[in-house]
Amino acid sequence: MPNKFPLWKNLMLLAVVAFAFIYAAPNLYPPDPALQLSGQSSAMQIDGAVLKKVEQALDAANIEHFSGEANGESALIRLTDSELQMRAKEVVQAEMGGEYVVALNLAPTTPEWLSSLGGSPMKLGLDLSGGVHFLLEVDLNAALITRLEGDLQEVKSSLREEKIRYRSFELKGQQIIGRFRNEAQVEQATSLVRENFRDLQPQFKQGQNPLTLVLELSEIASGQIEDNAIKQNLTSLRNRVNELGVSEPLVSRQGKNRIVVELPGVQDTAEAKRIIGKTANLEFRLEAEGRIGEMFEFREGRGQDARLETSAVITGENVTDARSSYDENGRPQVNITLDTKGGWQMGHSTRDNVGRRLAVLFIEYKTKLEKSKAENGEIVITPVPFVEKHIISLATVQSQLGKSFRITGIDSQRESSELALLLRAGALAAPMYIVEERTIGPSLGADNIRLGVLSVTLGMTLVLLFMIAVYRGFGVLANVALTMNLLLLVGFMSLLGATLTLPGIAGIVLTVGMAVDANVLIFSRIREELASGSSIQAAISGGYDRAFVSILDANITTLIVAVILFLIGSGPVQGFAVTLSIGILTSMFTSIVLTRGLVNVIVGGRKIEKLWI
Amino acid sequence: MSELKIYNFMGLRRVAVIFSAVLLLASTISLFSQGLVLGLDFSGGTQIEVGYKQPVKVADVRGQLENAGFEDPVVLHFGSESEVLIRMQGEPDQGLAERIYSALVANGEQLDLRRVDFVGPQIGEELRDKGGLGMLIALVVVMLYVAIRFQFKFSVGAVLALVHDVLITLGIFSITRLEFDLTVLAATLAVVGYSLNDTIVVSDRIRENFRKIRKATAVEVINESLSQTLWRTINTSMTTMLVLLALFFFGGELIHNFAIALMIGVGIGTYSSIYVAATVMLAMNVDREDLIEPEEGELVDDLP
Repeated sequence: MPNKFPLWKNLMLLAVVAFAFIYAAPNLYPPDPALQLSGQSSAMQIDGAVLKKVEQALDAANIEHFSGEANGESALIRLTDSELQMRAKEVVQAEMGGEYVVALNLAPTTPEWLSSLGGSPMKLGLDLSGGVHFLLEVDLNAALITRLEGDLQEVKSSLREEKIRYRSFELKGQQIIGRFRNEAQVEQATSLVRENFRDLQPQFKQGQNPLTLVLELSEIASGQIEDNAIKQNLTSLRNRVNELGVSEPLVSRQGKNRIVVELPGVQDTAEAKRIIGKTANLEFRLEAEGRIGEMFEFREGRGQDARLETSAVITGENVTDARSSYDENGRPQVNITLDTKGGWQMGHSTRDNVGRRLAVLFIEYKTKLEKSKAENGEIVITPVPFVEKHIISLATVQSQLGKSFRITGIDSQRESSELALLLRAGALAAPMYIVEERTIGPSLGADNIRLGVLSVTLGMTLVLLFMIAVYRGFGVLANVALTMNLLLLVGFMSLLGATLTLPGIAGIVLTVGMAVDANVLIFSRIREELASGSSIQAAISGGYDRAFVSILDANITTLIVAVILFLIGSGPVQGFAVTLSIGILTSMFTSIVLTRGLVNVIVGGRKIEKLWI
Repeated sequence: MSELKIYNFMGLRRVAVIFSAVLLLASTISLFSQGLVLGLDFSGGTQIEVGYKQPVKVADVRGQLENAGFEDPVVLHFGSESEVLIRMQGEPDQGLAERIYSALVANGEQLDLRRVDFVGPQIGEELRDKGGLGMLIALVVVMLYVAIRFQFKFSVGAVLALVHDVLITLGIFSITRLEFDLTVLAATLAVVGYSLNDTIVVSDRIRENFRKIRKATAVEVINESLSQTLWRTINTSMTTMLVLLALFFFGGELIHNFAIALMIGVGIGTYSSIYVAATVMLAMNVDREDLIEPEEGELVDDLP
């Protein structure tokens, strides 16, 4: 029994140890509280001059700062005191004005030689960093209905153009239903739809009076509409989030119709919610002439109710840029730029309508909970989506409008910049409803980190002491393995960019408790081998070999459970599953290979009278 | 080193069966009659945690909220006298947290908004379904793995031991009316992992001994295996319990119940890996014949 590793194995062990130290190290450098400054539009230059202005404002307010940098797109100014972060933001925002986005940030302080090796600290989950998490559900049905409403209008007008007469055409659920007087008309209409509206499937209902033609979206078309709706909503949300200037936002699709938004480190959560949670769209509609039209109220009762035309000139989708500024009289206004199609439509519609009033209709999608009694008497609470449409501006068209025009008559600068933001950030293709929201305040995050670190340290110390008390010399080896396991776990998580959450810390603690199991197994086996009269070297070798099968089986099954946990879990549970899985893998390595290496170096190939185990 | 003492574990297996039966029965009855106290994650609703500068009375906070027009707010202390958790069903409109906050600071109190959670009812329901489904998948996959690696009777024993542990952990949560949230679900699944770990190590030894010791009854083989792994079982449970105690006392309020669930689970899991799996195997008449024909490619013990 040589109990000696070949050179390459020892070198590999050294390499792994070095790896663990290097990639765990960045976590030792706590980030600096910082301010991040960016422009409302990407055209704005954030250069040294801007930076200087910010720094002067901070100096004037007596807020200590250092190593400010500007890269043209944004500027980062580090602060010495995190307590002053909020105040610093207010000071800078007041100095720079609404054109700039000032966000709180945490700037990494990883030394250059570490970051050049790809080292970076672990990302902190929302429960540790503070921040907001939203889960939004996209109402795909509404996207289909919007599309069908558009199609209905177009079908009607092309039937008129082709002089095909019909009795009525209307939208019922997800079907467009047309009624005709005679079969010739139905046939003409059917072939017209076949030719010009590929996405619609016409279906003639036999034997109905009046004659009925049903148009439905094809499966492929509705799938595409739904997919596009989600994609456009994702893009809009990303734009809005970027406007908030959050350092590492996450906006991603989850499942078929949901979107997750996570904004770590956001401290002004109300502001974030206002922008993200605002699931809104805009429509530009002309005021109705005569009695045909829909009545709408003014938002917050700031004007007379008005009757508007039923169809929109353009919607928020056609807006390419919107800026808040001031008019000649110093009152807030919003300058709007449209895309080519939108500009053309706007020009077309306003050409003959100078002097009529054009309204901006603000459409908000909200949810309310309604209580109802189920059959078994239980009170069931169901979310009921509803739509609120309010006029936010109603202004007389002074001349034919084109690609760019402005909305005046806005009350406050805050309102104009919010309107500009919503216009600029793009419309949502389909309404979204918040189905889950979690906000963690910064103080709770800091508490969680403190408690997490405390329980890891304490749990670790207790286990280390226990192992020495029970296994003496070999206990020390197990402890070295355990410590290395922790370093490797942290190193891997940092390198993989895994997010650390509070349940994740619990996972680490649990891993620490369970990781010694493998060593306990091995040591028990060695003891048994010694008891049954094997020589010391044989006992060591036999102990490791025999224990290996048990360790493997036990860890693979636990790994299976951890993977399932990851697959079914969401946020916090996944964090736990990730640390548990990585911990199982690293602990197998450290407790089997690393301790064996150490044992080999210490007792391998030597004559030893008694094993201190 | 002295000879290993062999304990007659299986001699007490009738007592163990009664003990387990009582626990299982109590758990099942409680789970069916009063169910679990579901946390916000599963029940849906809105919950807000605020921290005051000094201790406050729950009744005062509730009074303040009721005066401000909030219906039936549930107000409790969370972790300390100065931290308060407010829970409400319904109206999760966008400004709820802000409205509650302004109602609370109306009299000039200093407090900070520590956490706001809103979970829509449909999400809660989905999480419940997913949790149950995950548990089932975990059990089935584990059963398959053990059946392949060991033998069918072992896998029945292992899975029954897991069901036993999970059911009793849930049962204790139901009986004590402790809140069951996502972290507790994670803990319960971790219990599956942990208990399995224990059971596998014991089963592994039983398998080995069945092949090694030729002239012994099944009861003797199992007793010897359990005695050999006893210290390892106890030591591992000890280290795990130590870290769980650290989490329980210092991990903070959010993972309090997580730690409790795991402590219950580890305790029950330690017991079940000694008694439940082995008793089930004996009840199914496990013997040498079951393990004598190792399949191609299986790890074979190299001892005579």
